[in-house]
Amino acid sequence: MDLKDKLISSFMAFENNIDVEHSVHDIRTAAMKNFETRGFPSKKEENWKYTSLNSLQKTDFSIFPREENTLEYKDVKKYFIHEIDTYKIVFVDGIYSSYLSETTHDGVDICLMSAALTKPMYKQVIDVYFNKIASKDESLTSLNTAFSREGAYIYIPKNKMPKKPVEILHFATGNEASLMLQPRNLIVVEENAELQVIERHQSLTSNEVLTNSVTEIFAAKSAIVDYYKIQNDNSTASLIDNTYIDQKDKSVVKIHSFCFGGKLTRNNLNFYQNGEFIDSTLKGVTILGEKQHVDHHTLVHHKQPNCESHQDYKGIYGENSTGVFNGKIIVDKIAQKTDAFQQNNNILISDKATINSKPQLEIFADDVKCSHGCTIGQLDNEALFYLQTRGIPEKEARALLMYAFANNVLASVRIPELKTRINKLIAKKLGVNLGFDL
Amino acid sequence: MLKIRNLHASVEGKKILKGINLEVNAGEVHAIMGPNGSGKSTLASVIAGKEEFEVTQGSIEFEGEDIDEASPEERAHKGVFLSFQYPVEIPGVSVTNFMKTAINESRKAKGLEDMPAKEMLKLIREKSEMLDIDRKFLSRSLNEGFSGGEKKRNEIFQMAMLEPKLSILDETDSGLDIDALRIVANGVNKLRSDDKATILITHYQRLLEYIIPDFVHVIHDGKIVKSGGKELALELEDKGYDWLKQEAAV
Ligand SMILES: Nc1ncnc2c1ncn2[C@@H]1O[C@H](COP(=O)(O)OP(=O)(O)OP(=O)(O)O)[C@@H](O)[C@H]1O
Ligand SMILES: [Mg+2]
Repeated sequence: MDLKDKLISSFMAFENNIDVEHSVHDIRTAAMKNFETRGFPSKKEENWKYTSLNSLQKTDFSIFPREENTLEYKDVKKYFIHEIDTYKIVFVDGIYSSYLSETTHDGVDICLMSAALTKPMYKQVIDVYFNKIASKDESLTSLNTAFSREGAYIYIPKNKMPKKPVEILHFATGNEASLMLQPRNLIVVEENAELQVIERHQSLTSNEVLTNSVTEIFAAKSAIVDYYKIQNDNSTASLIDNTYIDQKDKSVVKIHSFCFGGKLTRNNLNFYQNGEFIDSTLKGVTILGEKQHVDHHTLVHHKQPNCESHQDYKGIYGENSTGVFNGKIIVDKIAQKTDAFQQNNNILISDKATINSKPQLEIFADDVKCSHGCTIGQLDNEALFYLQTRGIPEKEARALLMYAFANNVLASVRIPELKTRINKLIAKKLGVNLGFDL
Repeated sequence: MLKIRNLHASVEGKKILKGINLEVNAGEVHAIMGPNGSGKSTLASVIAGKEEFEVTQGSIEFEGEDIDEASPEERAHKGVFLSFQYPVEIPGVSVTNFMKTAINESRKAKGLEDMPAKEMLKLIREKSEMLDIDRKFLSRSLNEGFSGGEKKRNEIFQMAMLEPKLSILDETDSGLDIDALRIVANGVNKLRSDDKATILITHYQRLLEYIIPDFVHVIHDGKIVKSGGKELALELEDKGYDWLKQEAAV
């Protein structure tokens, strides 16, 4: 049985364990139908030209873990930004771990999707926001919607800001030979409220994991959201991340994706600007080796006048790794005075590594500022020689140049401890210790 | 300190150095002059270990050791420093962080611990004051957007920080205004000592008024065609290079 059939038959088993009378269930059934019709995307589709899901579909993933697994904090501490205090929403093999988590209802709700989808007190928010910005057409998003049950639920009311950042962590223990996870997150940040989130998926063994995640973020008027994705999973873990952002007037949403590992990572990052004077920022640092593959698909849809968007993706590809950057910007006819910027710079440090970079601009307004640029190159030999003549060995000199290359993406990370952590991850990835943080 | 014998070097099959002989002893200052494209920067790069240049004949000895096979960083660790004619811009690395890395990597190569942060700061302050470099400058990205003169001054700052045995200054005077030239020359003079040596590559007699050379050499078409004392520089200023080119052709 291939994965699609298995998912379809699992859906019935899934229905036995949830409240099918709840209004959300109609959404699930419709989504399942869409997935049944469309199936997994194939390389024939333009959006999936460079990323194949074929081998994943042949893997016999467990759709639900057979049993609950526990983890000791000391064993997974290093995956948390433990230098600072944070709220934590932690899942182990897709199941909420109250032991590792720290949620709150103190003026803000930082808790569980399973609670939000079942308890009456959340019904109003769910009715207004759940599955409202996520695509109803895209098949993997539909697949996630069909199985939506667990994930993070964050609601920040007007003028509020949680006392500390929120970490969303997904661990896979490897107790299943191969496991599929489908977390579903809903994040609502009301007017003038603020939120910082760090999200990470971590597999703890070499058993295969496939995560198909959907996150919906709603940023109301003047809301500020900083979202950091750490994608440093091991080489048997794949991630399909579908993130949808709805922004209203004057809101500022920044998403940073740090992609340092994983077998296959697909980021579908979709921004919809439903207001004026919005600021959307999409930044990424990718450093891959082995046979790792990443595919960054971004969309910024400028639907109203006077908004800005900034995209800055840096990639360093070594060994047999492959990368894709596909950045789509749509500027509607009414979206005058749009300022859209997109930059994708890549360094290939091996002859076998490849990158496909493609800007896609669809501009229907006439008074706009849109710029895009893409570069693919090697490290500058003259710069390398310069550093070496100062006594910096070649390996460190290369690393320093790569650091420097990624640096302006790190500059906008607003949590200093996270920045230090990212720096360390980069240094580790490059196999050096430079003795300073940029 | 430095012994260059019959050095031939080419790049992409093109012969650039065609038999250079040069001996520099501790305590000496040598000036190298010569027309554009004659091979001065190439010589400097070859001494510093640039791999693009292929040494086809001859040898370079530094402090009694053959350094032909040494990497640029190994040469730096032994005490060779090159102030670039065109310093490279490195966006994303501050001057301070760059210097920290350079100093600590050099110490590591010598089996020493990292320099304590306090000591490092003191050293940076001391040397930047000596060269009249604004502190704000040090937190900027290395050479990025620096003016021509600022880049050159920054090269000498790096030299002062690293305290090399042999400093090769490739047209460090070009692009410096009169005041900067005096400051940089003073800096170089302060760092002079009996156990150090300097090679100055320049087109102008002016620098040699501040840093008085013991020897002046003229390179033409990849060879040293004339050597002499400091008077030779004055003679060149007066007569140009044509007479030497003709002499060389004979
Ligand atoms: N990487 C290279 N590839 C090809 N030719 C080179 C390369 N580097 C130097 N050359 C050539 O070698 C010759 C010597 O160059 P070099 O830079 O050493 O001259 P120079 O004496 O320093 O001149 P200037 O006074 O203009 O600085 C020139 O003809 C130059 O074009
Ligand atoms: Mg030159």
